[in-house]
Amino acid sequence: MENVKIVVDAKDNWKIFNLDDLWHYRELFFFLVWRDIKVRYKQTVLGATWAVLQPLMTMVLFSIIFGRLAGLPSEGVPYPIFTFAALLPWQLFAFALTNSSNSLVNEKNLITKVYFPRIIIPFSSVVAGLLDFLIALGIYLILMLVYQIPLTWRVLWMPVFVLIAIITAVSVGLWLTTLNVKYRDVRYVIPFLTQFWLFATPIAYSSSLVPEKWMWLYSLNPMVGVVDGFRWMLIGNAVQFPPYFFISLLVVLVLLVSGFIYFKKTEDTFADVI
Amino acid sequence: MGDIAIQVENLGKKYKIGANQARYQTLRESIVNRFSSSIDRIKGVSPKEENIIWALKDINFEVKHGEVLGIIGRNGAGKSTLLKILSRITKPTTGRFELNGRVGSLLEVGTGFHPELTGRDNIYLSGAILGMQRQEINRKFDEIVDFAEVEKFLDTPVKHYSSGMYMRMAFSVAAHLEPEILLVDEVLAVGDAEFQKKCLGKMGDVAGQGRTVIYVSHNMGSLESLCQNSILLHNGVIKSFDKTKNIINLYLSTTIKNEKPIAFRVDRQGTGKIFFDDIRIDDQMIKNRLLNVDLFIQNREKKKISNILLSIVICDSLGKKISNLVNYIIKKPLSIGVNGERIRLSIINLNLVPGTYSISPFISSDIQNSEIYDWVIDAIKFDVPDYDYYRNGTIPYIKGDTIYLDYIYEIISNS
Repeated sequence: MENVKIVVDAKDNWKIFNLDDLWHYRELFFFLVWRDIKVRYKQTVLGATWAVLQPLMTMVLFSIIFGRLAGLPSEGVPYPIFTFAALLPWQLFAFALTNSSNSLVNEKNLITKVYFPRIIIPFSSVVAGLLDFLIALGIYLILMLVYQIPLTWRVLWMPVFVLIAIITAVSVGLWLTTLNVKYRDVRYVIPFLTQFWLFATPIAYSSSLVPEKWMWLYSLNPMVGVVDGFRWMLIGNAVQFPPYFFISLLVVLVLLVSGFIYFKKTEDTFADVI
Repeated sequence: MGDIAIQVENLGKKYKIGANQARYQTLRESIVNRFSSSIDRIKGVSPKEENIIWALKDINFEVKHGEVLGIIGRNGAGKSTLLKILSRITKPTTGRFELNGRVGSLLEVGTGFHPELTGRDNIYLSGAILGMQRQEINRKFDEIVDFAEVEKFLDTPVKHYSSGMYMRMAFSVAAHLEPEILLVDEVLAVGDAEFQKKCLGKMGDVAGQGRTVIYVSHNMGSLESLCQNSILLHNGVIKSFDKTKNIINLYLSTTIKNEKPIAFRVDRQGTGKIFFDDIRIDDQMIKNRLLNVDLFIQNREKKKISNILLSIVICDSLGKKISNLVNYIIKKPLSIGVNGERIRLSIINLNLVPGTYSISPFISSDIQNSEIYDWVIDAIKFDVPDYDYYRNGTIPYIKGDTIYLDYIYEIISNS
């Protein structure tokens, strides 16, 4: 039998990692993900159909408003394909951002009644979005067939861009969910932030509309790199690899580390405040 | 590994109450507060000491391996806070503690249950949340199901369970947790009498297997049968650490001593925007099964406050909750005018057995964003004397009863 010894001292400051602890609770992470997925597809009337309808309807709407009425250029491919390629990572990101930002408050019952490493909560809350993403990706592949757009080897980059989209969402989510524990009006900021962010990302339009000299500034938004990366993978030669990708990566890194530190520093007070 | 399983030194936990205790701050408020408090600092106003409450102070004790330690105390004595600290749910303000062994805590039955999921799913989920590994749950699955007596409903979502089934299932998962150190908060009071007995038996087994247990309860019977030694907590400090029998006697003899009028009580919680100024109990009518409680409520805001939540908790002399009388439950909207209100609570058909009871009033804003205005634990006590409850010329007395019920016996056939 393993000898476990737990020591808690009020004078100790926060620790970044307690690897033993994380290892012991690794299964809880998967159970929480499994619960989210099960409940998500059980509780809604349409179940998995939502995952199909949501990106499809948005694509149709964008195609009519921005493609037809506003006549925005779409890098030489049909507008529906152009915008859908961007909506793929975007919807994953928006889901992950919203869920991780609300995650701690949603798990209030657990936080006040049982111990486990709290960091599991925001991270496990985003994984269910991957299933929606895969379903949407399936639809996109069908669309590619319909529009006869060839698939290239670039698609192998997909895990990288997906990971960056998720990490960006969780990094911001770590900040917001921690703030949300103490300040409940943060909840109202999230939809607004998501909407604002949508238009700050080249989803309805092409990033080539942004003047070259401002491109580095624009790339401070990590989702610019992700969305351009998706178009580069999926649309074809008309789109170049996101030029300021390293700036996006740097921003993600700063957000993640700072969000993590803020989370860990306030973690001890969650149960008292929530 | 040594002899000591749990060692606690100078443990203390401080909570801030009063002006900053608005349950959920908004970001806007916080910014405004920060601004005004820095003005206070410039003016040399220090934060008020009465806004701080020590839920626990100077707690020292040791528990040996295999020992079952009981913790007794009234509502608000700090029992739950102590368990929460030892369970690592919240961090102590002072002191330190050591736990030698894997720890499991049961502060609530059914933690992490999801109503949409089936019984089978919930066993795994709840088990994982309580700290079990999947293998461990697999191994004990049949035992858990057997104990809970829910085989037939394993694939039904638990939202369709009766509350009894739900509780049995939840306890069963928890009872099969096998840590070396177990922290339990009065979860035994679930289900029907038979199941309670079964739970108690299970607890006895756990204790018998040489595991270390800290057990918080109001149930003197179970404390006495499970724990050799106990701690009496009072207002956040250890009043005594002794054989359970002595502790129970001490507890029973010192319970409900708070005679200070409510207006002078400082150990209250809430923002104080609205507060209880006085409480008067009319106990003359108890013999007519009627109890009137008049609450004098003051309003410090310069506006009427509508849709308040008013709750009166009645506890018996052991500090165990008898009932919570809430205006929301009987759908009676209440508001407090600028000049305060006098609100009367009338309990009709009072059916408490003779004894001493206490009243804890609580007032907050509406349920959604509950800002606690004022909350005083055991604000006033009242005695229910021996009296002729059934109005037949005798004083009914049956040992161990907790309430009187109105009933009749009738011969309906002569078979």
